[in-house]
Amino acid sequence: MNSADLQLNLHPVLPELLMVAATAAVMILDMFNRKGRTPTKAALPWVALVGVLVTAAASIWLIGQPVSSFQGMAINDTRAQALNLVVLAGAALTILLSIRYIPNVNRQTGEYYALILLVSAGMMAMGSATDLMALFLALETFSLGLYILAGLNRTDLRSNEAAMKYFLLGAFASAFFVYGAAYIYGATGSTRFDLIANALFDGKADPSLLAIGVTLLIAGFGFKVSLVPFHMWTPDVYQGSPTPVTAFMSVGTKAAAFAAFYRLFAFALPSEQATWGPVLGALAILTMTLGNLAALRQSSLKRLLAYSSIAHAGYILVGLATATSAGIDGALFYLISYAFMNMGAFAVIILLERQGEMDALGNRLNGLAQRHPQVAMLMSIFMFSLAGVPPFAGFFGKFFVFAAAVSGGYSWLAAVAMLNSAIGAYYYLRIVVNMYFAEPTEETRIEPQQASIPLAFALGISAVFTVALGVLPSLWTNLVQSGALNLVAMR
Amino acid sequence: MDFAMIFFILVAALSVGAAVGVVTSKIAVHSALFLLVHFATLAILYITLNAQFLAAAQVIIYAGGIVILILFVIMLIGSGPMETRAAYRSWVPYAGLALGVLMLAGISLTLLQTPAAPIDPEANQGGVPIVVGLTLYSQNILLVQLAAILLLVALIGALLLARRPRPEESPTSNLQS
Repeated sequence: MNSADLQLNLHPVLPELLMVAATAAVMILDMFNRKGRTPTKAALPWVALVGVLVTAAASIWLIGQPVSSFQGMAINDTRAQALNLVVLAGAALTILLSIRYIPNVNRQTGEYYALILLVSAGMMAMGSATDLMALFLALETFSLGLYILAGLNRTDLRSNEAAMKYFLLGAFASAFFVYGAAYIYGATGSTRFDLIANALFDGKADPSLLAIGVTLLIAGFGFKVSLVPFHMWTPDVYQGSPTPVTAFMSVGTKAAAFAAFYRLFAFALPSEQATWGPVLGALAILTMTLGNLAALRQSSLKRLLAYSSIAHAGYILVGLATATSAGIDGALFYLISYAFMNMGAFAVIILLERQGEMDALGNRLNGLAQRHPQVAMLMSIFMFSLAGVPPFAGFFGKFFVFAAAVSGGYSWLAAVAMLNSAIGAYYYLRIVVNMYFAEPTEETRIEPQQASIPLAFALGISAVFTVALGVLPSLWTNLVQSGALNLVAMR
Repeated sequence: MDFAMIFFILVAALSVGAAVGVVTSKIAVHSALFLLVHFATLAILYITLNAQFLAAAQVIIYAGGIVILILFVIMLIGSGPMETRAAYRSWVPYAGLALGVLMLAGISLTLLQTPAAPIDPEANQGGVPIVVGLTLYSQNILLVQLAAILLLVALIGALLLARRPRPEESPTSNLQS
């Protein structure tokens, strides 16, 4: 290839580059601690936070400058930037939650924040990748980082178990993914999404090889977003990981993997939509039903949120299964609202955790409203939003996705999803009822050592956005739907 | 029979012999060293196929990295002769042998069914370092960079997980270090 033909436009990877630069800044700053002279440790999270905010600004600036680069391996479009914003919101809130929490778990906070930034970069790269190889490398980057972060608490057996389980199953899932990618390459002769789509339109692909490949890819992705039947690891890993990491995992992984799901199916396999649409729909039904039913019986708050996150993955998948522009935009809105409401819920869990425990039982919330009315009110906002009650963000997430399903000809899917939201409402609202109407017990108390100004800040931001997106969903939709011109591939 | 053929047969025999040695040797260190010989002979075969880059990677990664890692593990767990367990001996080797024969049969069958074609000289240049390098650092530059970030994650992660927590953070020990 002539070097003049190379496309090296940096737009699609600018946010990732900024995150890597922020990582370098954190690592270099961390070096100064070793000498014992300048205590820069306290500045680390703030440097990381500034990096995240600068990246978010760059991300917003990049909206409306669609360009494909690196020989068709990466793309900058509105959807990629929307995903970046979801991941960055998750990363920023995670950093705020970590400032007090992480030093008690592991003293090497420099490496911790560096990993959070690099994992975010991997997630963002996943959303802009339009090539199976780039997708795989991005997937591995964030997965590897999350395996390590799950095992951050080296002296805690549950944390060890979480890291080990996540790593072993994740390695399997990656193997499935690569195997599937190899089959697709074999069937179509390319790893680039547009060339795969061309090969399919020309009817040059071997259908059986393609079917095997796509099935394996779905299995690999399904593990990452914990779709049923690939969800087994989720409760244990969510419970064992340090709580800020769990929160980050639930928001970021979902966003990244769903973005990649969308890219793969909309860009590479649009001609096969009649086949994969119903398959994804069936997976969505399985996922949300099992997630909701299992969540009904959980006493640990982290396990409850783990099963609830499985159920939410099902709802989001409904939007993808419809394969319409409205469905994808609905799924993106769902992801951003999920980021804020879920982060908020995890922040409340952190407040309830005892020293060295990394989890909280549901009965700690009993009668919380009498002792800490503000926290109870915020928790109610997050729970109402997760249940999909208006006027909170979660309602519009569900509304957009379900409406897209109905108009896209998937009424059966929308009906099952509605039923599921009703089941989900039961366990979310039970928490609210317990907070307001149960008698406080000895267990009901907020740990003063967990309460900190950054955490209060994170709680406040989450609550504000949960309400704001519920009252004015156009705040988000105007931002990311202004340039919906990349949808030529879809219908 | 020309020289290339004789050379190939010699190296291939050495390679297969070393592979058998890996499996049959009772002492773990010997297995590791046989593995080293096997990797080295494979690298020689790659060079005869005009795939110098692959040969170098084979030596650096497998012979250099993997075997050293295996030797480290053997050092850590002790290098005595392996115990022969009755349960292990009974069927596992035969199952492995059966799978190996199956794979050999599959490859041979495919080779025999594919008609021999003249080697495409352009395709034969694919393993030359300059071609690999140009492709990697022009068309696939994004992948190289992503892989670099992936390795950075692994490096930082190893630092985070493997470093012994020091009784640091107290001012006195900081001054000492």
